[in-house]
Amino acid sequence: MSHGSGGLAMTQLIDELFVKHFDNELLSQSNDQAIFTTEPGRMAMSVDGHVVSPLFFPGGDIGSLSVHGTINDVAMSGAKPLYLTASFILEEGYPLLDLEKIVISMAKAANDAGVSIVTGDTKVVEKGNGDGVFITTTGIGIVPKGINISGNRAQVGDAIIVNGSMGDHGVVIMSSRANLEFETTLESDSAALHTLVADMVNIAPNIHCLRDPTRGGLATTLNELALQSDVGVKLYESEIPIKPGVLSSCELLGLDPLYVANEGKLICICPKENADQLLSTMKAHPLGKDAAIIGEVIEDNNNFVQMKTKFGGTRIVDWISGEQLPRIC
Amino acid sequence: MKYIDEFRNQEVAQKLAQAIQNETKQNRQYNLMEFCGGHTHAIFRYGIPDLMPDNINFVHGPGCPVCVLPMGRIDNAIKLAVEDEVILCTYGDMLRVPASNRTSLLKAKAFGADVRMVYSTQDALTIAKDNPNAQVVFFAIGFETTTPPTAVAIQQAQKEGIKNFSVFCNHIVTPAAIQSILESPEVRDLGMVSVDGFFGPSHVSSIIGTQPYEFFANEYQRPVVIAGFEPLDVMQSALMLIRQLNEGRFEVENEYTRVVTYEGNIKSKLLVEEVFELRQTFEWRGLGELPYSGLKIKDCFADFDAEKRFNISKINASDIKGCECPSILRGIKKPANCKLFGTVCTPENPMGSCMVSSEGACAAHWSYGRYEKK
Repeated sequence: MSHGSGGLAMTQLIDELFVKHFDNELLSQSNDQAIFTTEPGRMAMSVDGHVVSPLFFPGGDIGSLSVHGTINDVAMSGAKPLYLTASFILEEGYPLLDLEKIVISMAKAANDAGVSIVTGDTKVVEKGNGDGVFITTTGIGIVPKGINISGNRAQVGDAIIVNGSMGDHGVVIMSSRANLEFETTLESDSAALHTLVADMVNIAPNIHCLRDPTRGGLATTLNELALQSDVGVKLYESEIPIKPGVLSSCELLGLDPLYVANEGKLICICPKENADQLLSTMKAHPLGKDAAIIGEVIEDNNNFVQMKTKFGGTRIVDWISGEQLPRIC
Repeated sequence: MKYIDEFRNQEVAQKLAQAIQNETKQNRQYNLMEFCGGHTHAIFRYGIPDLMPDNINFVHGPGCPVCVLPMGRIDNAIKLAVEDEVILCTYGDMLRVPASNRTSLLKAKAFGADVRMVYSTQDALTIAKDNPNAQVVFFAIGFETTTPPTAVAIQQAQKEGIKNFSVFCNHIVTPAAIQSILESPEVRDLGMVSVDGFFGPSHVSSIIGTQPYEFFANEYQRPVVIAGFEPLDVMQSALMLIRQLNEGRFEVENEYTRVVTYEGNIKSKLLVEEVFELRQTFEWRGLGELPYSGLKIKDCFADFDAEKRFNISKINASDIKGCECPSILRGIKKPANCKLFGTVCTPENPMGSCMVSSEGACAAHWSYGRYEKK
C-alpha cells in the first residue's frame, strides 16, 4: 500500500520503474504535468481504461494493449498521435516483477509507435478491490489539415473497408481464460494503427469515417456508425476476412465472430470512387495486407446493418445485448 | 472449416431452392414446424426464408431449453445462489432469462451471488473440487442432448466422493412435448395452428434415435424428417417433408444420417437410465404441466440431488402480463403478434424467455428477421 501513499516508496516506484522504462525528456522533469508546444491546428484527444483478464495473453499484454488502444482511438480521427498519459491502479500485493514486465511492454509499444508517455499517476487499492492492474491512458494528437473524419459522415453509396481479419483478439483472450481449456495458434492482433491511417489519409484525404471495432466487434461498431450517420449498412459475408482458427473457435464456443473484439483493426468508410485506391494502399502496409472491401452504405430509415449471407440469404446483424452467451444445444 | 462448410454451400443451396420451388404445389400451404431452437437459429442466421417459396411457413416449436423452463425454477435457482449462498453453475444461455420481479441469474450475480457460466458439467465438478468449503450446484437444463453429461458428472461425483457437489435437475424429454403440441386443442380441434409436418431434432435424435418419432408419424399422421442444424440440412429436410406431403405419406425419415441412427446412442441412453427417472409431471412454460416430460435424479444418487439437499419447493410464478411466450412456444402466435415484441421486450431488456436465447423465436425474429423480404 505504501507505493500508492505518496511517500518515498512511491517516488522510488516511479523513478525505478516508470521513469526508467518510459524514459523521455518530458517525464524526467518529474513534474505533475507535461508541458509541450505543438504546431497550430485541430487536435484530437481520447482516453481509454484498460481492464483485461488474463493480463498476459498470446500476442500482447495489458501494457501494450493500453498503448495501442489509445493510439488507435486518437488515430481514428486521422490524427498523428503525439503523447500519452498513463494512470495505473494497482492491487495491493501485485508482484513488482510482473508490473515491470507490463511497464517494459508499454514502453516498447510506445517506442515502436514513436509516441511518448509523458505523464502519469499511480494508485494502489486494497487486496480484493482490483484485478491486478488497471491502466488508463490518454492520448493527444494533431489532425492534419483538410482531414474531417467523423462517425456521422457515412453517406449512401460509400464503400466499407476493413484492414484485416476479424475476431483474432477476442478469441485469443477467450482461449487464454482459465475455464476454457482450448489452445489455438492465434495471436492477438493488438497493434498501433496510426502509420496505416497516415498512409490512408495521405492517399484519400476525404475518408468519411474510421473506427476501430474493439469490444462488440465489427457488428456493434457498424451499428454505431449506421445510427450516428443515419444510414443503413449492407455487408457481404463472403468478403469479410476471418481466419479459419477464429471461425472454428467461434463454431465450437457457439459465438458469432462478427461480435468478437479486435485490437488492431479498423473500419474505413469512404467514397466509392476512392475505395480501390485506398484498398491497394492499405494492402501495401504490413497492418493492412489482408484488407478487404466488405460492404456498402445504403439508405435505411431503420439504420439496420444487414448482411448478404454466404449461403445466399439476407439477415440483420444486430446490436449485441450484453455479453455474447453461448447457446446450449 | 472441413465438414461444416460443405453444409453451408451456396451453389447447393441454390439447387435445393430450385428443387423446392419446382416441387411445391401452388394451391396449398406447407406449415412445417421446426421443433428445435437450433433450427430456428439456423433458419434466421442463414436467411433461409429468402430461399423458400412464399407458401412454405416455418412454425417455431418449443425446443428451446431455456424458453420452456418455468420461471419458478429460475426463482429456485436464484434462491439457491442468494439465500443458500451456493456457487451456482449453469450454461451461458440461462443467465439472462427473466425470473420473477425482473431478476435474472445475471442480475443476482451483479448483486454479489456467485453465479458462474460453465461450458460443461466437468467445469462444475472442477469448481467443486477447487472450492471444498463451498456448496456447488449445477443448474442442469436441456433436452436429451445435455442429459448424458449431467449423468456422467453425478456418477463421477459419487465415485470420487465430491460431497459439496449437487445437481438441480431440470432435464426434459422431447417426445412428451411433441405429443402435447399435437394433442393440444389448438392443433387438433380448433385448427388455430396448422402443423403439416415436423423437422425432427438433430442433436436430441443423436441420443434417442429416430425410433421414438414413429408413434407421432403414425398416430397423428404427420411426416417427421430428422434434420441436421446446418442450413443445407434444413433445406434438404424441407424438400423431404414437401415430398412426403405431396405424396400423402407420413413417415419418419432421417436426413441427418451422418450422426443419427435408428436406435440412437445406446451407451448414453443406458447412462441416463442409471442416474435419472421420469417425473410423474413437470411444468413447461407455455405448455403447462406435462405428464412424464421431465427427469429427476434416482434415489440411489439422492445425495447429489440439490432439490433434496436444499429442500427446494415449488414456486409458482406467473409470466409478465401481455407476454405471449406461451402461445409463441406452441406455435399459435408469431413474435410479431405479441404487443410487447420490439416495444418493451427486446434482447436488451427481455420480458419473456423467447427473447433471450438466440434459439428463442422472438430473439431470432428480432436479431435476424426484421429485414424485409424485397
